[in-house]
Amino acid sequence: MTRLLLPLVLALLTLTRVAAAATPVTLGYVGLADDPRHRPLRLYTGVVLRPEIRPVDGARLAIKDARAVGRALDLAFGLEEVTVTGAEEAAAVVERLAADKGVRFVLADLPAPMLAQLATTPAGKEAVLLNVSATEDVLRGTSCAPGLFHTIPSQAMLADALAQYAALMQWRRILLVAGPEQADEALALAYARAVQRFGGKIVDTRRFVSTRDPRQREQNNVRLLTQGVDYDAVLVADSVGEFGRSFPYQTVLPRPVIGSVGLMPSAWHWAYERSGAPQLNQRFQREVGSARPMSDEEFAAWAAVRSVIEVYSRTRSTDFAVLRQALADEGTSFDVYKDQRASFRPWDHQLRQPILLHTADAVIATAPIDRFLHERNQLDTLGVDQPQTDCRF
Amino acid sequence: MHPSRQPAGLHGLALSLLLAASPASAAGSGLAFVSNEKGNTLTVLDTRTDRVVRSIDVCHRPRGMDWNADRSRIYVACGDDDAIGIVDVAAMKLVDTIPHIADPEAFMVDAARGQLYVSNEDDAALSIVDLAQRKVVAMIESGEEPEGVYLTRDGRRVWLTAEASNLVHVIDVERRETLADIVVGTRPRRFAAPPDEREMWVSCELAGKVDIIDTASLRVVQSIPFLPTGVRQEQVTPVDVVMTGDGRTAFVALGGANRVAVVDVARREVQKYVLVGQRPWGLTLSRDQSRLYVTNGMSDDVSIIDTRSLQTIRSVPVGQIPYKVLLDE
Repeated sequence: MTRLLLPLVLALLTLTRVAAAATPVTLGYVGLADDPRHRPLRLYTGVVLRPEIRPVDGARLAIKDARAVGRALDLAFGLEEVTVTGAEEAAAVVERLAADKGVRFVLADLPAPMLAQLATTPAGKEAVLLNVSATEDVLRGTSCAPGLFHTIPSQAMLADALAQYAALMQWRRILLVAGPEQADEALALAYARAVQRFGGKIVDTRRFVSTRDPRQREQNNVRLLTQGVDYDAVLVADSVGEFGRSFPYQTVLPRPVIGSVGLMPSAWHWAYERSGAPQLNQRFQREVGSARPMSDEEFAAWAAVRSVIEVYSRTRSTDFAVLRQALADEGTSFDVYKDQRASFRPWDHQLRQPILLHTADAVIATAPIDRFLHERNQLDTLGVDQPQTDCRF
Repeated sequence: MHPSRQPAGLHGLALSLLLAASPASAAGSGLAFVSNEKGNTLTVLDTRTDRVVRSIDVCHRPRGMDWNADRSRIYVACGDDDAIGIVDVAAMKLVDTIPHIADPEAFMVDAARGQLYVSNEDDAALSIVDLAQRKVVAMIESGEEPEGVYLTRDGRRVWLTAEASNLVHVIDVERRETLADIVVGTRPRRFAAPPDEREMWVSCELAGKVDIIDTASLRVVQSIPFLPTGVRQEQVTPVDVVMTGDGRTAFVALGGANRVAVVDVARREVQKYVLVGQRPWGLTLSRDQSRLYVTNGMSDDVSIIDTRSLQTIRSVPVGQIPYKVLLDE
């Protein structure tokens, strides 16, 4: 009977737990010093459009979240944080962390070219690198690597989520307006591909420039930019996030604005109210000591640490080969507070996960949208699917 | 006699039977109290007619509920007020509040010790509240987002789920310390056990199954997966689980699958999936086991299942986001 056996077993367990000192397990975090992608978006007037992004804060929170799990596993999870100035230094750091602290799982918070380079170094190949901030599809395609995992959604996933919603709402004719930056071009390409994939049509592609020069009014006046063609929605590709803000309520036709403004696709949002998301948001704000909302990159860093801890918990092993295998195994799923079970795609090691479609202060829908089906996993309607991948491990 | 084994009602019920404290407790008023998380109210149903008779304004985000010893009062967790509210059943209103209890969600009253065990969702702890002193006398650290609380029949242990840590904690009530941390399936939520408590069932919301823990070895010995026809696996998100008093049948609320699973406990087999409202979470069995009350969080109603025919016989609109049903019978 429980009453008789329980205390006995428990007494034993308690002893074991006391006898075994927790084994330290250290994860690494490598970020770029003064990463331009993470600086606050500040206008010349001093208005701040977006606060600084500090993915490491998400990682720290996940380490803190894991205290009780660590207690159950007799492991003490920790994080070693290092900032670097380039890929070579990053490789040296990864090597040193492995040698000195046995660090095998490293969160990589680096721009795409730097991360791609790190992944090809001997140190980078030895470790598991978890990409927490680079959305570029090329990292999941031709620049992929067997040890490179991504918890930040790819550009293709974000674009597909938006295109699914547009299709759901019957916004088929899309006016695409892109900014002058190289990143805007990449974004526009991703959007155009997604719109086409889900049956929409780009009726025209236009370019805006951020200037008041009257000679360029065709490109800096939203009404002129949105006239002369019929469309169901305006899709804005603005990686900077300044000019694009002026599209809603200024289009010539009264149509919704989506993309970088209006209705936006993200990995995470502070206003998401399902799946325990408010608890995570509140924990994050307590961790950082301010009302700063958790960014996509901070969420991805949190999810990366959580995924690693989950494989320690599920395998009950500390053998790197076993852990790495479990991480890559599709059968290992992760609770990332977005209803559906997340897991890493075997063909490119991207974390499959739902995408939130939101305005400034509300989550309007989550993708995958119900009607878009998939033969194996509905989450694979977002992003590059196995038959289309350019990744060869 | 333990006609039912529901985490919330039973302990109070057993005690009230034992003490025969109040004539009302033998028969009860036949009322059902439904806590509405978003509505900040308790909806009161008359179970003889299954009609709403009134609504009581209580506090912000009322969730878990339990009786006091003589069933004259209902304790209710007020999540957004960091308090436990006390509702007088005769007066049908909130008459008192125990403050300073961080984000309470689920709890059970230990009438024998005059204590209440409550999970503090945002504080990663189980609080022990002394009801006479009206304050928290101990906090026991847990994994992130503790939720389900189960007090064993002997009153010596509390079992606690930590949703975000995939852990079940076993806590010694007297020594106020954690005896074991058990790794279970993803997002564990609530408990149920047969009368002998040889095993503990824990619902694992994101894993889409119930894990069965052997209470002697403290290991997960078996899992029961759920997958109704025409439903995708990711829609199956079990939350509440209850067992009949004879320990033969379990009911599991399947959340996003909009169904309640009926499980043959001995055979570990799903017998039927009963269609209810949207996102069923809370389950409460009537004392005679003939009715199962189901709170549907996304359709703001309560489904009532006839446990003989295993059909939903009625659905009653209540307040916004109903969480739990407490029966006075």
